Amino acid sequence: MRRSRRLWGSSAVVTTLALVLAACGGGSSGDSTGSGGTDPDGTVSVYGTEPQNALVPTNINDLGGTKAIQVMFATLVGFKGADAQPFNLMADSITTTDSKVYDIKIKQGWKFHDGTEVKAHNFIDAWNYGAYAPNGQLNTDFFSNIQGYKDVHPEDKNAKPATDKMSGLVLKGDYEFQVTLDGPFSVFSIKVGYQAFAPLPDVFFKDPKGFEQHPVGNGPMKFVSRTPNQDIKLTRFDDYKGDDKVHFKDLNIKIYASQETAYQDLLSGRLDFMEALPPSAVAGGKYKADLGDRLVTGHLLGISTIALPYYVPGYDNLELRKAVSMAIDRAQITKTVMNDTYVPADSYIAQGIPGARTGVCQFCKFDPAAAKEAFAKSGFKGKLTIASNADGGRKEPLTAACNSIKNTLGVECDFVPATDFGQWRSIVTGKKLTGMGRSDWSADYPSIEDFLNPIYKTGGSSNDSSYSNPQVDSILGQADATADKDAAVKLYQQAEDLIAKDLPSIPVWDEKGVAAKSKNLKSAGLDFRRMPDYPSIEVLKK
Amino acid sequence: MIRYVLRRLLQLIPVFFGTTFLIYVLVWAVPGDPFAGKCGQTACPQAYITQMTEKFHLADNIFVQYFKYLGSLFTGDWGETFNGTSVGELIATSYPITLRLAVVAVIIEAVIGLTAGVLTGLRGKGFLDNLVLVSTTFLISLPVFVTAIVLQLALGTNGLGLIEASVSDNPSIGELIVPGIALGSLSMAYVARLSRTSIAENRRADYVRTAIAKGQPTSRVVGVHLLRNSVIPVLTFLGTDLGALMGGAIVTEGVFNINGLGGLIFRGIQNRESATVVGVVVLLVLVYLLMSLIVDLLYAVLDPRIRYD
Repeated sequence: MRRSRRLWGSSAVVTTLALVLAACGGGSSGDSTGSGGTDPDGTVSVYGTEPQNALVPTNINDLGGTKAIQVMFATLVGFKGADAQPFNLMADSITTTDSKVYDIKIKQGWKFHDGTEVKAHNFIDAWNYGAYAPNGQLNTDFFSNIQGYKDVHPEDKNAKPATDKMSGLVLKGDYEFQVTLDGPFSVFSIKVGYQAFAPLPDVFFKDPKGFEQHPVGNGPMKFVSRTPNQDIKLTRFDDYKGDDKVHFKDLNIKIYASQETAYQDLLSGRLDFMEALPPSAVAGGKYKADLGDRLVTGHLLGISTIALPYYVPGYDNLELRKAVSMAIDRAQITKTVMNDTYVPADSYIAQGIPGARTGVCQFCKFDPAAAKEAFAKSGFKGKLTIASNADGGRKEPLTAACNSIKNTLGVECDFVPATDFGQWRSIVTGKKLTGMGRSDWSADYPSIEDFLNPIYKTGGSSNDSSYSNPQVDSILGQADATADKDAAVKLYQQAEDLIAKDLPSIPVWDEKGVAAKSKNLKSAGLDFRRMPDYPSIEVLKK
Repeated sequence: MIRYVLRRLLQLIPVFFGTTFLIYVLVWAVPGDPFAGKCGQTACPQAYITQMTEKFHLADNIFVQYFKYLGSLFTGDWGETFNGTSVGELIATSYPITLRLAVVAVIIEAVIGLTAGVLTGLRGKGFLDNLVLVSTTFLISLPVFVTAIVLQLALGTNGLGLIEASVSDNPSIGELIVPGIALGSLSMAYVARLSRTSIAENRRADYVRTAIAKGQPTSRVVGVHLLRNSVIPVLTFLGTDLGALMGGAIVTEGVFNINGLGGLIFRGIQNRESATVVGVVVLLVLVYLLMSLIVDLLYAVLDPRIRYD
């Protein structure tokens, strides 16, 4: 659900110019990894954007806010390693027999930053707060399959909720609570690793306005200060008990208006970490020379697809879908246009997620002859278009895809730009696409389920193609209800196979995730959510 | 004189209401849902939209909205951004920085522009004149963002290493010199040309000839008689320019990551924070109105014909 909403205001002209000019600037310093030791009390500055809402976990889902929230709060489950293996962080155990009723025990002795202990009721209160409709929290949908959600969040927006507590949350003791879901859902124990499920301290419920000014979490770092449009400052919380401790003292999330400027600062060592590179640095692979061994590559759990909405006249046509898919030269585009920051995709699940396979989509290979044949069979007349917001380097690969389609099929194909991400999303959610559209997805939590239910289930929250296949719906339902994890994964894979036959959207490429660290850092990683992997950051001694 | 000042002050009232209303309507009436891109790849939950709509009176008629906004504005409340930050606070932290930047820019353009203009205006054709002509043409032809990015890259760490790519959170005057040059470069070129023409014209005026004939020293002829009369158009330009610079800082502040008013608008537009945009623009309108009032008054001081009109 969280999507890179980087609206790099710099117009295309600025970008192009910066690109031309930057090419003259060039040059890199190679001596980045010094031999000195690390400084456990060092300061790290990371690139940031202004959070969209106050720093409350149930109300933050943008990159800018998540960057602070993620390290300020610890959820029941954490994720580690390149393939984001879930492990019990605050949870002592999460047990279920039927995937419907979950018994959750939490570890004792963990503290909020204000010194109060984290207890089971902090979770229940936080989740009830997030779900309660009048609170209008952004992440409210994450609680929607807990029993009693409809009572606190009626579907009719004018209805007054009967209660502010979900019946599915039952306190069992200071360190234990029970969650009952509407129906079986096997992925729940991974889903609770998402930040919206973080506990909130009692002080939040006493004075929410005050909390917004000074948030109190239970994570590895605590809030120090925030100056809007300038920075968010955090410092290490020494009482933290989790495995994902940080190995530096102060964190300064520095807010930039322009990514280009931030990149210049990174090169000069005034900024320590950027989780994405500006288009001008990616163009022509310039970043490789700029950064040398300061380049940080990650493994983002996300996919990029091109959706062919069923409501567009002439698009409800399988042969057309096949033709378009086989006409895109993914290998060529990822190499020459995206300069190896992406890899070609041929499945609907990001590689690295348990249950992801390669080659699921048999029409995702570049095959001009077969593409032409399918296109002739489709009988499609007219022009093809691919729409997307054009900023942030979105335009170039899609224009290249269009050209590839044009050259292979001999059909007109144009890239249609939207002015910004907001306008773009209102076109998509309003079902106003008049052709194909960019449809990207990044995982909220690393599960095969998160790549299927929201996007391909009938009426799913991100079903950009308006895809509906009763068979897929029923298999997904079965998979959700299967308690056994492996059996569930098998079912999800079956659903993916069916989707790959219908091609509601065409997988094109997966983003590798290219980040950069400054010469002040010994090590730094990029996690699957395109966030700095804070526990891996080490500062060099000055 | 007092009647003149009063008349000018009264004129400000309709201008203020007219401009703020236009700005309010234009900014809030931008087509598209302000919450469309807020929730990533999924649509925002209805409960969130309902709450925000209520908070920002979005369901009301635009006129009602405007008067509600105006009402709170007069009580000193500039409104809130979508993430709950007070716009008044944002403006309070950023306007001193922009003011500093604008003053640096005006000083740079006044000093360099006037010097170049006076020198070329007095000497007439020659190498210096050509040099100023060519360089001002060059500067005028460059948009501010090009000048800014070129300066940033050429003088920055990867170029000559004289400056950092971004300024610190509370920048000193020294840090603001390069952004000031970028910001003021265009106007600097205009000031140079304006004062050159003005000087060259007045050099042959009767009163200058008289002053020379009276045997006054050249410094007095140029410094008092010539300059005082020639500076009127330049002064008009500089005065309104200070207002323009506060707004024109959008690009420069964005490039150098300066947390001023321009940066505030820059981000406000990017994130569709209409409350911020309206607030800052209303402030800029006030500055503009004030600056043009001051210029008009200075005019009246410099030129009696206007005063007694």
